[in-house]
Amino acid sequence: MKHYWFLDNAWLIPLIPAISYFVILLFGKRFGERAAWIGLASIGSAWVLACGTVVQWISHVNASEHGGEPGGEHGAVETIRAFGRSIKLAAEGASAGGEGHASFVANPIIHSTTWFQNNGFKLDVGIHIDGLAVMMLFVVTTISLLVHFYSTEYLKGDRRFNHYFAALSLFSASMLFLVVASNTLQLLVGWELVGLCSFMLIGHWWEEKPNSNAALKAFLTTRTGDIGLLAGVIMTFFVVQRYTGTGSFDITQVNQAAIGLSLDGNSKSLLFWCAAALLLAIIGKSGQFPLHTWLPDAMAGPTPVSALIHAATMVVAGVYLGARVYPIFHEGLNIGDGGINLMAAVGGATLLVGAGLAFVQNDIKKVLAYSTISQLGYMVMGLGVGAWSAAIFHLFTHAFFKANLFLGAGSVSHSGAHHSFDMKNDMGGLRKFMPKTFATFMIGTAALIGVPLTAGFFSKDEILATASANEYTFFKYVGLLGAVMTAAYMTRCVYLTFFGEYRGGHADHGDAHDSHAAHTADGDDHGHDHGHAASNDHGHDANGGPHESNFPILGPLYFLSFMSIFAGWIFAPMLHHIFHWEIFEKFPLWVDPHVGSRGFPILEHPEFAWIDPILATAAGVVGVTLAYLFYWRKAYGQNITERNGALGAGKKLLVNKYYLDVLYTDVIVGATKGPIAQAAYWVNQNVIDNVLRYTGKGAAGAAKFVYKYIDQKGVDGIYNGSAAGTSALGGLSSKLQTGRLQYYALLVLFLLSAVAFAVVITN
Amino acid sequence: MMLNQFLLLSAFLFGTGIYGVITRKHTVLVLASIELMLVAVNINLVAFGATLNNAVGQVFALFVLAIAAAEVGVGLAIVLLIYRNLRSANPDDVNVLKG
Repeated sequence: MKHYWFLDNAWLIPLIPAISYFVILLFGKRFGERAAWIGLASIGSAWVLACGTVVQWISHVNASEHGGEPGGEHGAVETIRAFGRSIKLAAEGASAGGEGHASFVANPIIHSTTWFQNNGFKLDVGIHIDGLAVMMLFVVTTISLLVHFYSTEYLKGDRRFNHYFAALSLFSASMLFLVVASNTLQLLVGWELVGLCSFMLIGHWWEEKPNSNAALKAFLTTRTGDIGLLAGVIMTFFVVQRYTGTGSFDITQVNQAAIGLSLDGNSKSLLFWCAAALLLAIIGKSGQFPLHTWLPDAMAGPTPVSALIHAATMVVAGVYLGARVYPIFHEGLNIGDGGINLMAAVGGATLLVGAGLAFVQNDIKKVLAYSTISQLGYMVMGLGVGAWSAAIFHLFTHAFFKANLFLGAGSVSHSGAHHSFDMKNDMGGLRKFMPKTFATFMIGTAALIGVPLTAGFFSKDEILATASANEYTFFKYVGLLGAVMTAAYMTRCVYLTFFGEYRGGHADHGDAHDSHAAHTADGDDHGHDHGHAASNDHGHDANGGPHESNFPILGPLYFLSFMSIFAGWIFAPMLHHIFHWEIFEKFPLWVDPHVGSRGFPILEHPEFAWIDPILATAAGVVGVTLAYLFYWRKAYGQNITERNGALGAGKKLLVNKYYLDVLYTDVIVGATKGPIAQAAYWVNQNVIDNVLRYTGKGAAGAAKFVYKYIDQKGVDGIYNGSAAGTSALGGLSSKLQTGRLQYYALLVLFLLSAVAFAVVITN
Repeated sequence: MMLNQFLLLSAFLFGTGIYGVITRKHTVLVLASIELMLVAVNINLVAFGATLNNAVGQVFALFVLAIAAAEVGVGLAIVLLIYRNLRSANPDDVNVLKG
């Protein structure tokens, strides 16, 4: 049997950036700004290893497909050792239920070692490498590498430059650790580490209050979801226990147990609650409605971090969890039945909520943040309607074009708008000053709104096509509506940033900064990268005007633009329909889990029909046209929202973010805080005060009596007598009180020894 | 099972700790000696837990560790205040309560 070195040693991939974290943290001062190159080198080597896993995984799949060894001996040996009976079932299921794509078995590569054991329970830590994990390894290391490179320029001269790169390394390491996790408990550890690192990086400029507030908000909101993760992970243990008799966190076993329990027909409620708890975790981490409110605030962090969070690490962790233990969701929420289910509903709601909010943002990063929320809604909805491959594919393409857009926004702010992100006041007309950034941003936008032949077009299309094939027609139209809105708000964003007149011509650079610092204090209308200290060091900023960025910023943009177009071509049924080249349908072959129908639900890939791309394109055209008329040509006049009541009310609702923040801080926190305080006050005023008053009066009466007869005559006599006696005794014992601590210790030692001696003798 | 060796080690550490507590002329070292005694106790707990195949010993050891951490915090704070007031950390100088 062939050994796959890169797949067997995938544990190195998270390890290298983790080492880099400690090296930068401990020795960073000695290296100065060169510390960035340690981070860059570590993530670079992780990237090389990840590419190795991609190549070897593809050859592993090909070898399995072309009848190399049925069951893939290499993986099977590992699997059989881990859990005796299940693997045979998996192989049977594969041969029985083989309709086209699921007809062969390519086992995941699993290696593990004991983490700890106690009282018969053994917990492993290890790697579980399959198509999904390999795809994620590639995406995370690629985006992280580009972000590292970009940051060397973007954060030049920052006050905590080394600290930033250390945190960036740990961030990548935790996400990679989460990706390769072989059991759900290990996944939980990676998950929490990712949350911690995002907290550190969002609050990177913590000296300013809004930034540290945003970091706290991100941490606490995702923590709400983490309660669900903890409960869900514990329940996965019992899912396996119910099925096999011994509990386990192992992902393969969890998946098989979920399918098996569902086939047996009992334990539906256990599966449902497990799925619901894990869904809560996804809602918190992946910014799903109604816990999405932290994601826009997270824009307080440096822009490259936003790109990393939105494209590759933090928020996609939730989607990854959903894909990883998909059988739990599939069986627990009855995804196979069509119609409507919890997961699809959450995704669909998020999709529309996020897109709606993107219309009223003046901050370019916030537009992109809400767009991420909306796109994550697509992914979760995709998982919810049974479009597993399409959802994962959307994660894959979204990573590239969203990173492209975020880094593009960073470039605009860094070189064109004095580190501001305010589209209305500091941008406009930048097309002329920064043609290269403009071009890459337009490509990213095209991919996001799904212009035909770009990456986003194919992935979004596949989700919608699978939704209708799986009888989720309602969600197909939700998705189309989302596509219209996406096209519209991105048109607005591009118009405000790159077209029209340049509005950022503040005469005095310093003044501009001060006024923005003041703005950030009173709300989140103006997101803002606070690289002030840094910007003073920039020789070129002295020239004032907007200009094109230099290579460390543009290089990643070029690469991401390339991927924004061509990453979609490995899963393009439309192109396959026309050209019949194999490359156009490789993604499901490489990434789908080929473990048989007892290990994973059978994934359907619908036949291509022209109606889907035509509908999606039409949605995009409608969106762009509407936005063009509304924002660009001002076809309805300047201030339509002020003149039309219904539109005005809608805008007010959106500007206030559906009042969700009000709901959380004022209603929920206020409602629990206020009544408790009032109840306590009432009890204080009426109950305790009265008790005290009457007790006091009674006591005063009693006291008079006691004083006259008992105290003066009886008690005083006793006291005077005993005081004399005590004084005499005290004089004696004060001889013992030498005031020397260690003398006391010696006394205690003697006494205890005596007691111990007595105990030993009497026994 | 090597229970005896563990107990001997523990007794030795405990004795060392007591000796330190009684003789050292710096309060911080007295505190450190107390830690030594706690460690000795922990070794006993874990050793007995392992011998009796019972997790309670380990759990107790964890509790002792946690409480020892708290105790050191309080202890060092007291030492600091003593030093501020008396300009000395010698336990013999702390004799205000002398009879």
